[in-house]
Amino acid sequence: MAQMTMIQAITDALRTELKNDENVLIYGEDVGQNGGVFRATEGLQKEFGEDRVFDTPLAESGIGGMSIGLALQGYRPVPEIQFFGFVYEAMDSINGQMARLRYRSGDTLHAPITIRAPFGGGVHTPELHADSLEGLIAQQPGIKVVIPATPKEAKGLLIASIRDNDPVLFLEHMKLYRSFRDEVPEEEYTIELGKADVKREGKDVTIIAYGAMVHSALKAADELEKNDIDAEVIDLRTVSPVDMETIIASVQKTNRVVFVQEAQRQAGVASHVISEIQERAILHLEAPILRVTAPDTVYAFTQAEEVWLPDHKDIIEKVNQVINF
Amino acid sequence: MKHVLENVENQFEMFQILDENGKVVNKDDMPDLSDDDLKELMRRMVYIRILDQRSMALNRQGRLGFYAPTAGQEASQLGSHFALEKGDFLLPGYRDVPQLIWHGLPLYQAFLFSKGHYHGNQFPEGFNALSPQIIIGAQYTQAAGVAIGMKKRGKKSVAITYTGDGGTSQGDFYEAINFAGAFGAPAIFVVQNNHFAISVPVEKQTKAKTLAQKAVAAGIEGIQVDGMDVLAVYAATKHARERAINGEGPTLIETLTYRFGPHTTAGDDPTRYRTEELDNEWEKKDPLVRFRKYLEDKNLWSEEIENKVIEEAKDDIKQAIKKADTYPKQKVTELISHMFEELPANLQEQMEEYKEKESK
Ligand SMILES: Cc1ncc(C[n+]2csc(CCOP(=O)(O)OP(=O)(O)O)c2C)c(N)n1
Repeated sequence: MAQMTMIQAITDALRTELKNDENVLIYGEDVGQNGGVFRATEGLQKEFGEDRVFDTPLAESGIGGMSIGLALQGYRPVPEIQFFGFVYEAMDSINGQMARLRYRSGDTLHAPITIRAPFGGGVHTPELHADSLEGLIAQQPGIKVVIPATPKEAKGLLIASIRDNDPVLFLEHMKLYRSFRDEVPEEEYTIELGKADVKREGKDVTIIAYGAMVHSALKAADELEKNDIDAEVIDLRTVSPVDMETIIASVQKTNRVVFVQEAQRQAGVASHVISEIQERAILHLEAPILRVTAPDTVYAFTQAEEVWLPDHKDIIEKVNQVINF
Repeated sequence: MKHVLENVENQFEMFQILDENGKVVNKDDMPDLSDDDLKELMRRMVYIRILDQRSMALNRQGRLGFYAPTAGQEASQLGSHFALEKGDFLLPGYRDVPQLIWHGLPLYQAFLFSKGHYHGNQFPEGFNALSPQIIIGAQYTQAAGVAIGMKKRGKKSVAITYTGDGGTSQGDFYEAINFAGAFGAPAIFVVQNNHFAISVPVEKQTKAKTLAQKAVAAGIEGIQVDGMDVLAVYAATKHARERAINGEGPTLIETLTYRFGPHTTAGDDPTRYRTEELDNEWEKKDPLVRFRKYLEDKNLWSEEIENKVIEEAKDDIKQAIKKADTYPKQKVTELISHMFEELPANLQEQMEEYKEKESK
């Protein structure tokens, strides 16, 4: 096994799939010779040639539409949106078109497209680079939304996404790209999409999170343990569709839930998951489900970023509230 | 069957007034500028070059945030801006902070923009500009809108907007020039072709030989200009402005230029995609060198004058960065209070929450 950062694990997954299937194509802005602005595609053009890994003109809407066209020609496009904040330019292609291609063709056509994009805050990017917009796509039926929290899972989930015959949005939290290393198997493996992972077992409260917030949740759980609160931490990994089975099993055990997301309170995926929990398991709840989120503003300009983004202290506070309800 | 492309392309030859040695090669189109105007143009370019150098250094010291280098593009940015009049509306892209500064944005606010503080974008009423756009192309359709509005209001002013060669690939670019053309709007669309969109060379951006020729499809005027020649850029923009206020519609101006630095200071390494030869070739075309020679020949410029400008710029920058450094840090409560005219209930609640947080 090798020690890899998340960005290395992603490159590894892309290389694996370029090797495995000649229909896999990687393209986007600066992904070729430059190897991507985060170096996620570093060396891949050299290794696989410009036919397989290439730069496009600067137009997300073009990239999105072209992906559907290439899929219709039997390719497996893996386009990159340079920063997820630019996804609005490609919204019709994603939400309006590829997500409904299977249905509108009566199941005769499909769009095996994996859109990769970096997102997430805490790294002092300019405006519209860090926004957590996953809720926009997660509200669209017909496309899966995957968000890994560790290098090992990034590789397995990305390979599974590329092999999936339906469109997948694969979001990579920028703060996790190089913040730590993890044991990553060198061989190929997949992690099933739509399955959450219990990152830490506990009996007193369930903390549900995804992306970088998984790490804040784990940190909170460690501190809570000092006060004899035993928190279970669930990493959604796929935020659409959500693995309710794992969540409900946990709720039945702990009877208390705190949902953590980096997105604003009115955005993200918390509202949906919480509705599902109360529909399916209200009698198991000993306290209202609380949320830890950012406030309902645009993403903070960098100076206010630290206070704006939720952190482990906010999680501890909410956990204490549901415990003492 | 007639093939028109070649005929069209031939019409987009580079417009120039000064050659690389500062010699006039095109007397006919020499703009009517006073000696003071000429000196002011040079002063602005020197000032902005110093600002660029200092900004790079301040960025390395961690005192600035987002910064997109401008060295090499001074003629393109400031020559075009110099052609504007009071009342004209400026819609810049992320690299176009120099135009905003000469439009009247105090330096410390430009620094606050870089540091990600909203006050950097808080313009006084009547300032007639938007803050630098981050989304490539968005400013183009907005510029068309501003210009259409000006025409409806019967104003004798123009909207000017900027993007790069990469920006001309966005749908917004085509939509904007088409809208402005269809409505006969007084808009000036400047494309600063610095030959690279981050790492992607313009040859991979489009099959078109010039970006100016893209005007043809929209039925508007288009011109390619030597973007290292400040007089040519000025003259072309001045002409476009006159046409616009005379009701002759929008113009697309492609300026051939080069950014000497990296794309931005956030980890871009131009040696991955640019050769030293290419850098050297373009450095020979430096707009400051060329214009300095021209002015020196006319006895309008000297080392002494230039040094004075440099000192003045450095002093201004020193004071401005100090002000930006000590400016009260932006708060989340300020963010909340600027979302709507009146705080809705959800934000009222959150305001209380963050007030408490920020008081700790
Ligand atoms: C919609 C959108 N897509 C991508 C980006 C990321 N990005 C920022 S600058 C840039 C290249 C722009 O090149 P160009 O238009 O030629 O302008 P230049 O930077 O060369 O001045 C890219 C891809 C962005 N800011 N907005």
